[in-house]
Amino acid sequence: MNPTNYLVLSAILFSIGAAGVLVRRNAIVVFMCVELMLNASNLAFVTFARTNGTLDGQVVAFFVMVVAAAEVVIGLAIIVTIFRTRNSASVDEPNLLKL
Amino acid sequence: MSALQSVGALVAAGPVGLESNTGETVTFWVCATLAVIGALGTVLSRKAVHSALFIAMTMINLAILYVAQDAPFLGMVQIIVYTGAVMMLFVFVLMVVGVDASDSLVETLKGQRVWAGVAFVGFLGLLLAGVIGSLDGTTVAGLNEANAEHGGNVQGIGVLIFTRYLLAFEVTSALLITAAVGAMILTHRERVEPRKTQAQLSTEKFAPNRHPVNKPNPGVYARNNAVDMPALLPDGSIAVESVPGPLRLDGETRDADRLALEEAEHLLAHEPVIVDPAAPGPGPQGPDDDLDEGGQA
Repeated sequence: MNPTNYLVLSAILFSIGAAGVLVRRNAIVVFMCVELMLNASNLAFVTFARTNGTLDGQVVAFFVMVVAAAEVVIGLAIIVTIFRTRNSASVDEPNLLKL
Repeated sequence: MSALQSVGALVAAGPVGLESNTGETVTFWVCATLAVIGALGTVLSRKAVHSALFIAMTMINLAILYVAQDAPFLGMVQIIVYTGAVMMLFVFVLMVVGVDASDSLVETLKGQRVWAGVAFVGFLGLLLAGVIGSLDGTTVAGLNEANAEHGGNVQGIGVLIFTRYLLAFEVTSALLITAAVGAMILTHRERVEPRKTQAQLSTEKFAPNRHPVNKPNPGVYARNNAVDMPALLPDGSIAVESVPGPLRLDGETRDADRLALEEAEHLLAHEPVIVDPAAPGPGPQGPDDDLDEGGQA
């Protein structure tokens, strides 16, 4: 099957994730959209690995998964901390740094 | 899997796109459709829990696509780590933060949605323009040889991780430890007052104006055991404590005095019948002269 199909799917998913990051207010949903973008890039890596006939792309996708896991842990911890002090998970609320 | 493995050989033999494997094509279109539906649902659903479930659907479908592309290890890791661990962590934090918090539809930045839509279309067009046609003329090498070189997909990835990508792997371990410690520091809360001892707890429990034992359940001795029905004390009075506090505050309690009156009237009208099991008599029906109005009380 033509790998372009997979790449097009990856591009669509990445764009949807990016639009979600722009539009959504809830910090947790924003994080989910970031995860969606990472997953889309992983699909592209796996497709490239198959196209090139080497496993390097799959290893890179594996590292992306590891970094995503670490990012989720820290991000959710930050969200919980902000929720404790501000009682809100909206990305519009913590705007104290704004002039 | 044998069908999937034969795909690679077929595709590698000729130019891209000329050979087609029905199984993979069907898998791709089904899973791709579901993945895009899940992604759209993630962005468009108002409740965060629905978003989490939609994105879990997307991730599972992507895992199937990984397996279809000769990456069974990544497919399994995708299901176990992403769908199993990461998404459940998301749902857990959602439960902590509050499930009912749905997004407000008020735009704080004027025209943000419109411009986000424009950016989405533009970005997607840019990506598609870069992607479509860029692979025309290339041949898909397939992963049969690479997977078979060390005896399998997992073995091949393992060899790569521990030889060529060893440095990245070690850095990853440092990253994970930092993330774990950071999460613990971020969510740690200092205890501002010393922990109460058991003696202190006991003293507090028996302090004046405190209720040392369990409160009566609602509906005890009453004719109805609904939550908002206060219990009756043995002397017939109402036990206000038996109704849960929020109901009492909201005024949801049924009219206690009227109920007490009804209850008292009922009790007066029907004297409790004490059946002496030893006495020879009519049995379970009880003496009928005591119960004149068909009292099955």
